[in-house]
Amino acid sequence: MQSNLGFPILTLITFLPIVGMLLVLLVPVFKSKEGRELSHTIMRWITVVFTFFQVILAVLLYINFDKTLPGVNDISSFQFVEKITWINANFPIVGQIKIEYFLGVDGISLPMVLLTALVCFIAVFPSFVIHKGVKGYFAMYLLLDTGMMGVFVALDFFLFYVFWEVMLLPMYFLIGIWGGPRKEYAAIKFFIYTLVGSVFMLLVIIGLYFSVGSFNMLEMMNPENYKPDSIFAGMHTTIRYIAFMALFICFAIKVPTVPFHTWLPDAHVEAPTPISVILAGILLKMGTYGIIRIAFPIFPDAAGYFQTLIAWVGMISIIYGALCALGQHKVGQKDFKKLIAYSSVSHMGFVVLGIAAMRPEGVTGAIFQMFNHGTITSMLFMIVGVIYDRTHTRGLDEFGGLATKMPVYTGIMMVAFFAAIGLPGLSSFISEVLVFLGAFNTYPYLAIASGLGIILGAAYMLWALQRVFFGKLPERWNKPWDPTGKEFPGDDLIAREYVAFVPLALIIIFLGIYPNPMLQLMNASVNHFVEILKPYVFIGSFLSGM
Amino acid sequence: MGIGLTHYLVLSAILFGLGLFAIITRKNAVLVLIGVELVLNSANINFVAFSKFNKLNIDGHIAALFVIMLAAIEVAVALAIVLNIYQNYKHINVDEVDTLKE
Amino acid sequence: MQPESLLLVSVLTLLLPFLSFVVNIFFGKKLGKASSIVATSILGLVLLGSFVIFYFKLFAHFDSKVIVNYFLYEFSNEILQLKFTWIDLGSLQIKVGIAIDNLSATMLVVVAMVSFLVHLFSIEYMAGDPRFSRYFAYLGLFTFSMNGIVLANNFLFMYVFWELVGISSYLLIGFWFEKKSAADAGKKAFIVNRVGDLGFFVGIMILYFSFGTVLFDDIFGSIAQGKLPFNSEAILTLAGILIFCGAIGKSAQFPLHVWLPDAMEGPTPVSALIHAATMVAAGVYLTARVYAMFTADALTFIAVIGAITAFISATIAITQYDFKRVLAYSTVSQLGYMIMALGVGAFTMGVFHLVTHAWFKAALFLCSGSVIHAMHHSAHHLGDHHTDPQDIRNMGGLRRTMPWTYRTFLLVTLAISGVPLTSGFLSKDGILAGTLAYAQLTGGWRWFIPIIAFASAGLTAFYMFRLLIVSFHGEPRTKVAEHTKENNWIILLPLFVFSILSLWFFYSPNPLDAQSGWFPKIIVQPKTVVPTETQWDFLITHSFLGESHSSIGKEAHKYLNHFEEVMHHLHYPAMILSLVIAGSGILFAFLFFQFKILNPETFKKQFPFLYSLSFRKWYFDEVYNAIVAGGTVLFARISALFDLYIVDGIVNAWAWVTRNFGHFIGHFDNFVIDGLVNLIANVTGFFGSVLRHIQTGRVQTYVAFAVFGLILLIYFLI
Repeated sequence: MQSNLGFPILTLITFLPIVGMLLVLLVPVFKSKEGRELSHTIMRWITVVFTFFQVILAVLLYINFDKTLPGVNDISSFQFVEKITWINANFPIVGQIKIEYFLGVDGISLPMVLLTALVCFIAVFPSFVIHKGVKGYFAMYLLLDTGMMGVFVALDFFLFYVFWEVMLLPMYFLIGIWGGPRKEYAAIKFFIYTLVGSVFMLLVIIGLYFSVGSFNMLEMMNPENYKPDSIFAGMHTTIRYIAFMALFICFAIKVPTVPFHTWLPDAHVEAPTPISVILAGILLKMGTYGIIRIAFPIFPDAAGYFQTLIAWVGMISIIYGALCALGQHKVGQKDFKKLIAYSSVSHMGFVVLGIAAMRPEGVTGAIFQMFNHGTITSMLFMIVGVIYDRTHTRGLDEFGGLATKMPVYTGIMMVAFFAAIGLPGLSSFISEVLVFLGAFNTYPYLAIASGLGIILGAAYMLWALQRVFFGKLPERWNKPWDPTGKEFPGDDLIAREYVAFVPLALIIIFLGIYPNPMLQLMNASVNHFVEILKPYVFIGSFLSGM
Repeated sequence: MGIGLTHYLVLSAILFGLGLFAIITRKNAVLVLIGVELVLNSANINFVAFSKFNKLNIDGHIAALFVIMLAAIEVAVALAIVLNIYQNYKHINVDEVDTLKE
Repeated sequence: MQPESLLLVSVLTLLLPFLSFVVNIFFGKKLGKASSIVATSILGLVLLGSFVIFYFKLFAHFDSKVIVNYFLYEFSNEILQLKFTWIDLGSLQIKVGIAIDNLSATMLVVVAMVSFLVHLFSIEYMAGDPRFSRYFAYLGLFTFSMNGIVLANNFLFMYVFWELVGISSYLLIGFWFEKKSAADAGKKAFIVNRVGDLGFFVGIMILYFSFGTVLFDDIFGSIAQGKLPFNSEAILTLAGILIFCGAIGKSAQFPLHVWLPDAMEGPTPVSALIHAATMVAAGVYLTARVYAMFTADALTFIAVIGAITAFISATIAITQYDFKRVLAYSTVSQLGYMIMALGVGAFTMGVFHLVTHAWFKAALFLCSGSVIHAMHHSAHHLGDHHTDPQDIRNMGGLRRTMPWTYRTFLLVTLAISGVPLTSGFLSKDGILAGTLAYAQLTGGWRWFIPIIAFASAGLTAFYMFRLLIVSFHGEPRTKVAEHTKENNWIILLPLFVFSILSLWFFYSPNPLDAQSGWFPKIIVQPKTVVPTETQWDFLITHSFLGESHSSIGKEAHKYLNHFEEVMHHLHYPAMILSLVIAGSGILFAFLFFQFKILNPETFKKQFPFLYSLSFRKWYFDEVYNAIVAGGTVLFARISALFDLYIVDGIVNAWAWVTRNFGHFIGHFDNFVIDGLVNLIANVTGFFGSVLRHIQTGRVQTYVAFAVFGLILLIYFLI
């Protein structure tokens, strides 16, 4: 158990928030003389400090990361590895169970670690408007942070599962307690959906354990480690196809792809702004990350078999998500957040399509798109949060002409909106182009059809832009947001919001102009990943031939 | 006709019956106690009769004496209880002393 | 000058407008009115840089050499390139860069010139706008992206700047976003362009897939070596057509031309810069840039699209009343000309028309800006808010109140109508000759192209003079028009510059023949790279270039290919025909509107269908709104409802079923399983409740029972 840095950086980055959580829980409740909730301020700043530490550690990881090592299924080229036996016990019937505390990163997980640290830090600032149960909120928030970070660094499948579930519970409470009017419905829907997926995953984990005799993901990736006559032994067996599909559905629920996506709009609509940010910015990535990290390398044969189906799922998600987002202008409550939630479905479809292409361009594009979607959607949700905090409504119909009242905000918003449209010079352009170039290699027609999603994307985004920001400001928003001037001095953004928006905007622009710092991070891993899958591409495909 | 064992036993049975009748029907606690004394004495008659006509010999007499002694003690204790009942209930009517039910 | 320094200058030329954008976005508020000065002086530098590039590229001769540095430079007499890796995927690298050749050097000057003068014009025109600095920022962004398109040496950069041009056009069209129509127009422009861009992007994907690179010279080199995408000539044609789809969108060609007239919602100088002179020319530029890879079939497609566009929009322009809208349709028509010229093979003339059109169309729009500005001020002065300052029916007699605007407008109207001694005559005449040559060489149905071309030329002359006469001649029809005043020199100076550039002597000493000028010598049709059998034989460059192949060999003409030779022969017939047609167009305009000998109202009544077809713009907007936009929105609505009620409905139904099953199980548990347990308890309880009556608590009762029991016992035992 020794990382390259001389101290266990991955453990630190994962469990630092837990320390923060304990500190938050220890803060006694007291007020200042003027009646301000001083303890709330302290809890907020504890969270800021701890998440900021996490960002520093993530940067340290980035600096010390060796870009030439591939990782993926090769333990020797994983970095910052920490490996100790966690549970080692003999049970009757089952035999010996050995679970390792096994952490490590490669070029696939590092971008996600960076994203998690960044988004968790950024999302603290919109959390400042939470005034109800502040202690519980920040404690849950930090616990959630640990769960998510753990998912991205765990290399032991059981450990992965534990983190996966650890993340679930705080999320449930964060939506269910601090959410909007239908919070219970949304929280339960989210919880049950994810739990159904988890059950599938658990079954596969157990099956794999009996076949391999270990929970080590990397050992599961090597066909030689499978015991003969165990259920997953051999290649291209029906049971392996079923297991792959079970894993895929588990992750597809999280992504979410059509048709498992309906928890997302509800969860987003009901969740408070920062939780929407985390949900869209990080949680969705866990699904696609699981596909890349687990489903594909462990069942490469099945991945090849279902490749076309997955590409179709990606394409349908892109188009269908975009159409639904466009439809939000006409249907239902015309909720701004719902529109963005559906745009997430569409954008995550690109990731799925890129992975299904199994080409270096496509997979690089997919991972890069995961990162970019994380930053861009975080901005989009915070943008909605800004007007929601001020007006307590999110109806697309209820605004107009905000550009005249809030010019800086509009400028920030334009960066995010145009990034979501895939405008060149902003990061998502690069990732979408890469996904298309990769997908076109394997599925030209699907790639072209997915292109329609870009047009639709421009349509719904520009429509929303026009309805909310252009035109004339309605009478009732003419007065200042906050007559007391305490919470929102002035009409435009406040300092706390600048802190949240500016870093994200800078990252989006920087990576749009010069994407290599991020791309080179994942090159070695992606190329290795594609190499592993190469022998299985297009062998007896399900829905083959597109 | 000489007086045999049967006569004694019949007397004892009549005495027992009268005693039992008194126990069950009398409402006055003291009368119930007297009934108990009758039952005890019917038993004493039996002991003595058996000691005379059978091979119980001296044992029957001893038992009878033991019972008389017991009866004396019993009366002492029972009268104490009756006095207590009287102090609590201001009467000694056993019908109304049914707290055992609860 | 060293080639490296020239490339440095070109990089600066590219990036300086971006600096203007950044400065004005972040410091615009502080700069206030000075922001226009900053932006305009930066653009002055850009103009200087582009002149430097133009001069040195055309007149300096560089040694052919390759220097490998951090970046990769390539120099030759034809092309100076700078390449670098933009997207590094480890196993593959996507290289991009910029290139200077004669075409891009020429185009740079056009862009910088128009942009600079439009900046100048806007200082006065936009004065007092609340978002004054923002406006100049957007102009800077636009110029940056346009320069990027011009300098790109690869498809990816082309696409990148293509989209950036689209977004800056979106921002500028919707600049007055408080107006719904302006915001709508911006959105429409962007989305319609995206449709074309999708085709463009699919074309890029095909080429990248086939050749693994996006650089023009690598792709063309591979095609020249016989490597075809998917090993199919049909796919090569398809790729060409798909790339051209980008041009259809951006250059407002049929069937995606609908956005351009709406784009006139933007400020007028923007219309001059973007929607007349430069951005819409980007499509033509793209077509010219990748000209080498078009097959004969692709070229035919291009020519047909161009011809249809030229004709349809010319017929629409005849009946419009909005000053800028007439100019917009005339722009679409002229762009159709350029595209058609490229399609028939008259490459040089197409590009030439792009340049000449840029000047005179910019002048026309700035004139219209000058008129609208004057009308607006006059209306404002009179307190009249009902008179539409853009409607030509409200004008009339402006000749007297705005003499200088009138004179420049007259000059450029002559140019666009193709009257001799103007640049427009030179280029248009060349194109018409090209279409004739094309029809003669190919024959058959392709004769419709020159017929349409000549008809459109007549229509152009007609509607331009209609515009001139109705708005400038006669008596003022409204008080507003009567009180207009001539604008100041900042507005007029750009007009003068552009109108003077519309005279012939800048391009050719012979006012009747463009071939004798310098332009055909620097802009030469690129050598085709497609397989010989897929290209028109008359467009294939002679291998013995330099040797005269024709009977008039004494002349200095060295024909590049057979097409040029035929075109040269047809030059004079085409010229005479076009003069007659344009002349009659002008004549009819005068008969209708100046001398009122013919009454347009009678024609309206006689041909109601044709009139409404033209007036309602061939119903394109209606059809698109109903079918495409309406269909998409309907489909989106159905999807959203489907999602809300069906997909989510299934989820909720499943949840309902599960919940009710749970309830059922709950009840089962309550009543059946728990019921059994309770039954036993209840029975016991029942007996207990019955038997408890025996327990009176009275000792005597117990004794009675004991005796009773004893008796029973004895009875049974004995």
